[in-house]
Amino acid sequence: MRNPLSDKIVEIKPSGIRKFFDIVSEMKDAISLGVGEPDFDTPWHIRDEGIYSLEKGRTFYTSNAGLKELKEEICNYLKRRFDLEYDCNKEVIVTVGGSEAIDIALRAMINPGEEVIIPQPSYVSYEPCAILADAVPVIINLKAENEFRLTAQELEEAITDKTKVLILPFPNNPTGAIMEREDLEAIAEVIIKHDIFVISDEIYAELTYKDKHVSIAQLPGMKERTVLINGFSKAYAMTGWRLGYCCAPALITEQMLKIHQFAIMCAPTTSQYAAVEAMKNGDDDVEMMREQYNQRRRYLMHAFEEMGLPCFEPYGAFYVFPCIKEFGMTSDEFATRFLEEEKVAVVPGTAFGDCGEGFLRISYAYSLENLKVAIGRLAEFVGKLKEEQKKSC
Amino acid sequence: MREQLLRIIEKNSRIDLKELAVILGVDEIDVVNEMAAMEAEGIICGYHTLIDWEKTSIEKVSALIEVRVTPQRGQGFDHIAERIYKYPEVHAVYLISGGFDLLITLEGKSLKEVSAFVSDKLAPLDSIMSTATHFILKKYKDHGTVLSRKSEDQREKVSP
Repeated sequence: MRNPLSDKIVEIKPSGIRKFFDIVSEMKDAISLGVGEPDFDTPWHIRDEGIYSLEKGRTFYTSNAGLKELKEEICNYLKRRFDLEYDCNKEVIVTVGGSEAIDIALRAMINPGEEVIIPQPSYVSYEPCAILADAVPVIINLKAENEFRLTAQELEEAITDKTKVLILPFPNNPTGAIMEREDLEAIAEVIIKHDIFVISDEIYAELTYKDKHVSIAQLPGMKERTVLINGFSKAYAMTGWRLGYCCAPALITEQMLKIHQFAIMCAPTTSQYAAVEAMKNGDDDVEMMREQYNQRRRYLMHAFEEMGLPCFEPYGAFYVFPCIKEFGMTSDEFATRFLEEEKVAVVPGTAFGDCGEGFLRISYAYSLENLKVAIGRLAEFVGKLKEEQKKSC
Repeated sequence: MREQLLRIIEKNSRIDLKELAVILGVDEIDVVNEMAAMEAEGIICGYHTLIDWEKTSIEKVSALIEVRVTPQRGQGFDHIAERIYKYPEVHAVYLISGGFDLLITLEGKSLKEVSAFVSDKLAPLDSIMSTATHFILKKYKDHGTVLSRKSEDQREKVSP
């Protein structure tokens, strides 16, 4: 029989998280700090609206780009929160999570061989999606000393005459890093100078703990070269509803819509009705969740300080990214031993790019009570490792 | 800080003050002072425990009683409300809008005890026109907390 597979897909490595997931699911009593989704249930009034739409028999396709009412609410929201103006008829697509938007944006913009710059550590799907779109991924290894922000110099050095798109993943999963206005202004200059485009994944935009999130599309001259991606998963705790959106100039949106139309048809109808409610009446829920995440974030930073585990203070998403280099183990070894000895799962930084080596992603999408138990075990483990080191000296 | 502090201790009054300071990002001494100030101002009125008595072997009966009263000249409802809330078996007294005036929550050892309270003590009070007693059969949710179920984390243990 002939090989039924595409060489391109076979060569793509499976997600580094998968391997860890398999070990953890075998272990019945393990507790986890490895989750990349909110611990809150979707607020009831949003769920209720989804249920109501089903009761009303709203079980048909919507138009390809999404419910008109939802697209309008998305535009209202972007105007209200970030002073961004988009045409809801020509510049918005409601997608199946932010993930789909990443995929179709790359496919709509890339010609074979063009380069996509991907700062890492970052979400696991950018590189494979770029490869599937026939792009050549160019990785920028972000540095801990810059708090994992992207600098203009790093960007400048990565750009070649083949560069087409920069993926901008902030607030960042897994590091929790953010880009503030000055950081964005510095890189926007480089982007405009070299005439490249940005896919800005702002799925964690609502979860920042310093100033309000700034989108790169807000900067002068940037909106016309930016595909802005956002969604409902993180802000409204709606991961399972699979709903995101992208906003981009009509020229790009029109082509993205073709892929969306042929591959997906439309985002789930029930989810879209629920999302209308989220956008209209969900601000208080977001505020409540943000405050709770922030309390946990402060708790973790304090706990790390007490146990002597170095970690820069992250101001976004719901992750902290402590450094474990001092223990002379790889991230993978640390995470595996920690799981085996203390029964707590964390994700090795390397799951998000090679430069995540020496770091762990710890999620604080857990109640304070759960965090306390897990962090207590981490403190014990760190103490044990420090003892071991002393003895071997 | 006040609002955040209150929102936290409303859910968990047993939280350690040091921990409270950490999660609010302030000094412990400020938390201590703020709590003391709010106690003095009567903003914080008590630190209670939410108990599901159903799960104990102790028998308890709770009731809601709607009361219609004739307000007294110069004192409105306050005087009669005070007469009522002084009984230790009375848990809460609210002045409310709608078809009746006061809503009382009451706790007793048995149906008999609650009924006796209503007929012997409450109903005979001068300004009380009528009462309607509703016994509580089951508490599903109290003080914002669902009593019956312990929810489990349904998420996948590791996800990107």
